[in-house]
Amino acid sequence: MHRTKVKVAEDALDANTTIAAANRADFDRHGVSVVNFMSAPGAGKTTLLERVLGEVDARVGVLEGDVQGSADADRLSALHLPVVQLNTDSGFGGECHLDANMVRSALGDLPLEDLDLLVIENVGNLVCPAEFKVGEDARVMVSSVTEGEDKPFKYPLMFRACELVLINKIDLLEHLDFDLDRFLYHLDAVHPGVEHMLLSAKTGEGTEAFRDWLTGVAKTAPAPA
Amino acid sequence: MHELSLSSAILETALRHAEGRRVKSVQMRIGTMRQVVPDSLGFYFDIVTRGTLCEGAELEHERVATLLRCESCAREWRPELPIFRCPGCGCGEVEIAAGNEFDIDSIVVEENEETKCIAPR
Repeated sequence: MHRTKVKVAEDALDANTTIAAANRADFDRHGVSVVNFMSAPGAGKTTLLERVLGEVDARVGVLEGDVQGSADADRLSALHLPVVQLNTDSGFGGECHLDANMVRSALGDLPLEDLDLLVIENVGNLVCPAEFKVGEDARVMVSSVTEGEDKPFKYPLMFRACELVLINKIDLLEHLDFDLDRFLYHLDAVHPGVEHMLLSAKTGEGTEAFRDWLTGVAKTAPAPA
Repeated sequence: MHELSLSSAILETALRHAEGRRVKSVQMRIGTMRQVVPDSLGFYFDIVTRGTLCEGAELEHERVATLLRCESCAREWRPELPIFRCPGCGCGEVEIAAGNEFDIDSIVVEENEETKCIAPR
């Protein structure tokens, strides 16, 4: 038996890219803007959403991604918005990120025709979510001041993948040795000129800007087909 | 990064191009900016391919070094740290000319047909 070399020339993650494009087409057809919201575990994603989503001037829904449980979806359902929980596995342990296929599986549970903005709160993880597009229009990440100034150098792909970087927990600055200027210097080195906001989900300081940013994204969706 | 799901993606692509033939090896190009450990990838590839036409296939890879290019002055450099400002003019508009690859270049398959005997009977 002889051997043949077969030319492939494909990105190994092509399948995810294809499904992400299909998701995007569905979102566009319904006129829904989509934000992929990422961070390390515990940086404050859910608390920030609790703080701002009720005041965004648009019809908002949430797709909540976690390895297990519905704790975050339960918290957000108190805002009386459509919230769908997506667990990356049905048992203990699952995927550490949402991919396009997982998001696609949840689309049927979301009232897309009644939404202007869908926030996909990704699994807490600074590595993998950056590699998997899910059909979003924009990507936002949260880095909290408790994580240190070197984060951008340690996780350059995540910091570069996002159009907006939120620096959370500024209410704790007086208790920390965190050097904010150094962090911003590192952030600019890794992602020159990236838009960033300083805020505190706990006190509300600075969160109006994020609320307004989300409203802006919601209003830039293409008109429904 | 989780090499297990990446291995599954590689397996799916290889099987599609193999078209029913046994796969002996897969040739990949992996950029140094990608969050993947090639040795781990090989380890998980061996696991996910069991019982498939890719079982026992060698996962070969060429590492592609990161090369950045300034969109303002066209300077090219290989960064040691993930700094995306041009070391020459300081411009922040930088293109990743190389280093982002996670491509399957080719696969080597074993043809199914038996060699026909052409000797006179």
